[in-house]
Amino acid sequence: MAHKKHDAHGSQDFISKYVFSVDHKVIGLQYLITSLLFLLFGFILLMILRWQLAYPGQPIPLIGRLLSDNLAPGGVLSPTFYNALGAMHGTIMIFLGVVPLGVGAFGNYILPLQIGAPDMAFPRLNMMSYWVYLPGGMLMLLSFFLPGGAAQSGWTSYPPLSVINPGQTVWLLAMLLIITSSLLGSINFLVTALNMRAPGMSLWRMPVFVWAQLVTAVLLLLAFPPLQAAAILQFMDRVAGTSFYLPANLVVFGETVRAAGGGLPLLWQHLFWFLAHPEVYVLILPAMGIVAEIIAANTRKPIFGYKEIVGAMIFLGGMSFVVWAHHMFVSGMSPKLSNFFLITTMIISVPSVALLTCLIFSLRGGSIRFTTPMLFALAFLPLFGIGGLTGLPLGLSTTDIYLHDTYYVIGHFHYVVVTGSIIALMGGVYHWFPKWFGRRMDDFWGKVHFWGSVICMNGVFFPMFIQGLSGVQRRLYDPTAQLHNLPTQPLNIVSSVFAWLLFVAQIPFIWNFFYSMFKGKKTEENPWKATTLEWACPSPPPHGNFEKTPHVYRGPYEYSVPGHKNDWTPQHVEA
Amino acid sequence: MEQASNYGWSLPVAASTFAKDIDFGINIIHVAMFAIFILWGIYFTYMLVKYRHKEGVPARYKHGGVLWSFVPDIVVLVFELTLIFLYAIPSWSRIKMSVPPAGKSLVLEVVAEQFAWSIHYPGPDGKFGRKDPKLVNASNVLGLDPHDPAAKDDIVTVNELHIPVGKPTVFNLTSKDVIHSFFVPEFRIKQDAMPGMRVPVWFEPTMAGKFEIGCAQLCGFGHALMRGDVFVHSPEEFEAWLSEQKPALPQTS
Amino acid sequence: MSATAHASDPLDTVTGIPNGKLGLWLFLASEVMLFSTLFTTYLVLRMASVEWPRGWEVLNVPLAMLNTFVLITSSVTMVLAFAKAATRDKKAFNKYLGLTIALGFVFLIVKGFEYGAKFSHHIAPSTSIFYAVYFTMTGLHGLHVIGGIVLNALLLYWSSKDWDHPLFVGRIEYAGLYWHFVDVVWIFLFPALYLL
Repeated sequence: MAHKKHDAHGSQDFISKYVFSVDHKVIGLQYLITSLLFLLFGFILLMILRWQLAYPGQPIPLIGRLLSDNLAPGGVLSPTFYNALGAMHGTIMIFLGVVPLGVGAFGNYILPLQIGAPDMAFPRLNMMSYWVYLPGGMLMLLSFFLPGGAAQSGWTSYPPLSVINPGQTVWLLAMLLIITSSLLGSINFLVTALNMRAPGMSLWRMPVFVWAQLVTAVLLLLAFPPLQAAAILQFMDRVAGTSFYLPANLVVFGETVRAAGGGLPLLWQHLFWFLAHPEVYVLILPAMGIVAEIIAANTRKPIFGYKEIVGAMIFLGGMSFVVWAHHMFVSGMSPKLSNFFLITTMIISVPSVALLTCLIFSLRGGSIRFTTPMLFALAFLPLFGIGGLTGLPLGLSTTDIYLHDTYYVIGHFHYVVVTGSIIALMGGVYHWFPKWFGRRMDDFWGKVHFWGSVICMNGVFFPMFIQGLSGVQRRLYDPTAQLHNLPTQPLNIVSSVFAWLLFVAQIPFIWNFFYSMFKGKKTEENPWKATTLEWACPSPPPHGNFEKTPHVYRGPYEYSVPGHKNDWTPQHVEA
Repeated sequence: MEQASNYGWSLPVAASTFAKDIDFGINIIHVAMFAIFILWGIYFTYMLVKYRHKEGVPARYKHGGVLWSFVPDIVVLVFELTLIFLYAIPSWSRIKMSVPPAGKSLVLEVVAEQFAWSIHYPGPDGKFGRKDPKLVNASNVLGLDPHDPAAKDDIVTVNELHIPVGKPTVFNLTSKDVIHSFFVPEFRIKQDAMPGMRVPVWFEPTMAGKFEIGCAQLCGFGHALMRGDVFVHSPEEFEAWLSEQKPALPQTS
Repeated sequence: MSATAHASDPLDTVTGIPNGKLGLWLFLASEVMLFSTLFTTYLVLRMASVEWPRGWEVLNVPLAMLNTFVLITSSVTMVLAFAKAATRDKKAFNKYLGLTIALGFVFLIVKGFEYGAKFSHHIAPSTSIFYAVYFTMTGLHGLHVIGGIVLNALLLYWSSKDWDHPLFVGRIEYAGLYWHFVDVVWIFLFPALYLL
């Protein structure tokens, strides 16, 4: 029955099957490959940038010669190109890498399967979302080759700098495309999760991953439009000569800026962080969902506090709309406002603690299998914990005065997103790879990849806390230009070397991924002996997913049920 | 004292009255963080060892028992609320919301631009001259109005902030072009300089010496080079320095 | 049909709300966020500014009044088009949907005259922060009107082919919801820019 709608697509040519496909699984894989490539690209930008931080003013070996003279005269990065690399690294990693990977790839592929749906609610909208995202990303990359160069005002694009700097217009256009893609996606996810659940799949029987995607979709839906509006205003400032963000009488290098004035630079910061704080949860929630799935399957027991986890996620999502100005304690915003955001910020840390607590208590009484995905999920717990803990002195207004805009922030943020989100997403790749391609990734190389990545990530980011405490500001082209940065300069070399090693550690992953796709060990429907619905259909699932619409009889994590012959009791199996 | 010895692998020398306030918070949080992480890490490792897969030992099937898992949440919440109400809010209002009165402090204006800090002293008359952005040029970086009598004796220094020790320095911070951020690590002071806004900043240096001003907000290609020095003098030395300074505007009459 | 047919029939969903309708409401929620951000921006900029012109002294209120009337009328014709689609009166449906589209064009033409008059006086978005707000907000609203016209025109074009499609009446309803939203935005824009 579920196939009825899809039978129309009986004969498909290559283009409609693999390029302009409306199948959520093909779109999910398109997102997967594209966002992994963007992650790699954003990482390469960073590796170039880290050379300048470690060895300021020295020509970059090999790559330096490939760069044109205005980007890197004599092989040494120019300050403007350094700023462009920094801005583009942030933008690409967040908006083109991690979010499309967590939401576009995993959400698209796994969410309909886990709720027992044959596809997304709006397959064509789904296709459009990818085909708006891709040009947005391409435009972003293209901006490196345009006359003005790429944006160079940081991923936060604070005006007036972003209004007077070259390269920003293309950044704004690309962002508008990416935002549109996210909006289309989030509407689709919400309708699918609410409307397309298989019979018996009540809200309280949905896997944690689906809940995470649901909350994420709400955040994307409601938090992105303000940034869209803000980007439109900045676009107007650059193209139509308005002054939404420009106060009167600016003097840039002795030249008076000809603008009507009356604008407020702080306005952008408010609008930007109104998105960008929920965005942090958009980065982390899908990752938490993945970790919960992996932990449940590999401890062979029900996850601890399922309802508490879901409740914490919803609370987190709601609160994330009222904490944004903790990024602005020293921005010149009224100091009275700070107390409000200080309190909300501390409150929002409680559900994060609750989530982490539930995940660690899930290990209690388990029978833990240390599979490759499980290693990633386990590493997530302490490392994301470091990210969360180091958020404390930044969220507290008084201590933030000193730590704001130092390397401490960079360390904190990367512990959350890299050793948090990206670690979990990589675990997700190993976990669902058998479902996607019907073959398993190699376990040995997976473990090599895991240990290499985890050690190198800590090597890159931990020194940043020390640098931050000693007062090193972020976004410095040449840290040695300031006296107080000199003692910790050797740590920049440590970070950089580990960053390059981190790249080496990804080579086994890249090889393993493509090799296993074609030559990996074949696998059955349910290699992990897991309970959720995505394991109830063939690997890879056919067009339309399920042979027969599954019926759901129980909650998502019924492992080791006493008296049951197996230690897993799938959701769709009666009794 | 040599300036280089101010800095190391941790917090720099504390050289202002509220630096202790901020350091107290940073230290206490890091001790707590460390303790939480170690305890948590021990528990985590214990779990991984104890509940590793063993042949014939099934996992425990259990729902519920969730209530006591709220204990860590409540501990964290109580810790944070204590920090907020006993530390963060009081220290924040001491540092950011109570600017010392003008009579007892040195009052200045600081203007940031790509990529320099200009410091505007009112001169002997104690009055700041009018500034007009249209008059800005290479020899008049702040655009002081020569027709304003109050401007005639004003002193402007670039990238050098001279102040006396043991007396609060209060200034309005603004910017001519983009956002910058006034940061002196030893004073634990950081404040964005917003174009179109005048944000009050104050600190009271507790030791004489030379300190560094850095820009903490990305402001363009010269961001890293945007640095200045704070010279904290004894009161006598400061008066002597002040009296040696020539007015910024050429003296016509 | 029972819940087992959840996937094959887009009207028979878990929540009972058709996918299209739920999707449209979610889309409108994001649109509300977009426009409320702009209205907030307007308020903040206005409160921060030293001088803010009185809308009625610098803008053409009679033309805007006319446009308000045009849009409200178009909302009525849109409702009638939906009613006629529901009662399967194809001729009347075509008439009312056509009328809605025509009124959308009238709105844009009037708006064009308003803009034209401003440009001929060398008033552009860059003239002042007030005009920046005026042109950006009305411009974005205008784009939404164009979007609505395109949507309605497509539905009109498809109506002969899709008249008996089970989702057809629903689509008209959703297009109507969108059109009413565009109308409501204008109802807020008009006093905010012209009268306050």
